Amino acid sequence: MKIRIRYFASLREHTGLNEELFTLPDGASVADARALLLDRYPGLQAVVERSIYALNRHYVPLESVLHDGDELVFIPPMGGGTSKM
Amino acid sequence: MEPVVQLTRERLDRDALLAAVSDPRDGGVVIFEGVVRNHARGKQVRYLEYEAYVEMAEPQIREIIAEAQRRWGVERVAVAHRFGRLEIGETSVIVVVASPHRAEAFEACRYIIDTLKTTVPIWKKEVATDGEEWVEG
Repeated sequence: MKIRIRYFASLREHTGLNEELFTLPDGASVADARALLLDRYPGLQAVVERSIYALNRHYVPLESVLHDGDELVFIPPMGGGTSKM
Repeated sequence: MEPVVQLTRERLDRDALLAAVSDPRDGGVVIFEGVVRNHARGKQVRYLEYEAYVEMAEPQIREIIAEAQRRWGVERVAVAHRFGRLEIGETSVIVVVASPHRAEAFEACRYIIDTLKTTVPIWKKEVATDGEEWVEG
């Protein structure tokens, strides 16, 4: 199956891409896609470790199973800042 | 009223947002406006770049507003977030909450901006005099 990975913020700058197609075996999970991503871009290790995962525009856990045509995004921490006064 | 949600590269228009939510039933309107400041963690900021995963950010913001409406019963809400390059002093985000009484409007506005900042996929890069960095929390 093929899934579409979209890159934002530091991931977009590191890969130089807005998106990329990944080919994975049927039954693969977000964890498998993550492993493939780090294989291709070892320099992303640190930021991906701090990231959460959005599958088809919803946050999901690492063990979620992927399906053909899915859109997966590794979401690095948002610069939420603090609400301290 | 259907909430107003805008994600845009254009300058934010506070008056238009205010007009969109104003209603004779409301006795209080709370506005939060986030503005680009010239310093962060000891650095001199030149400008900011915001980047959004728009297709996910917009429904997420709508979900946060719906939760605020459930919790505080506020009827009329508008949220606008700008992305792209923003200069010092420019407005990056506006939250407007109108309600019959002020207490609910304050609470709901605070909840919306705090939750938006930590859960909606919008990132900020600080370009400072001594380099640039994506801000993480």
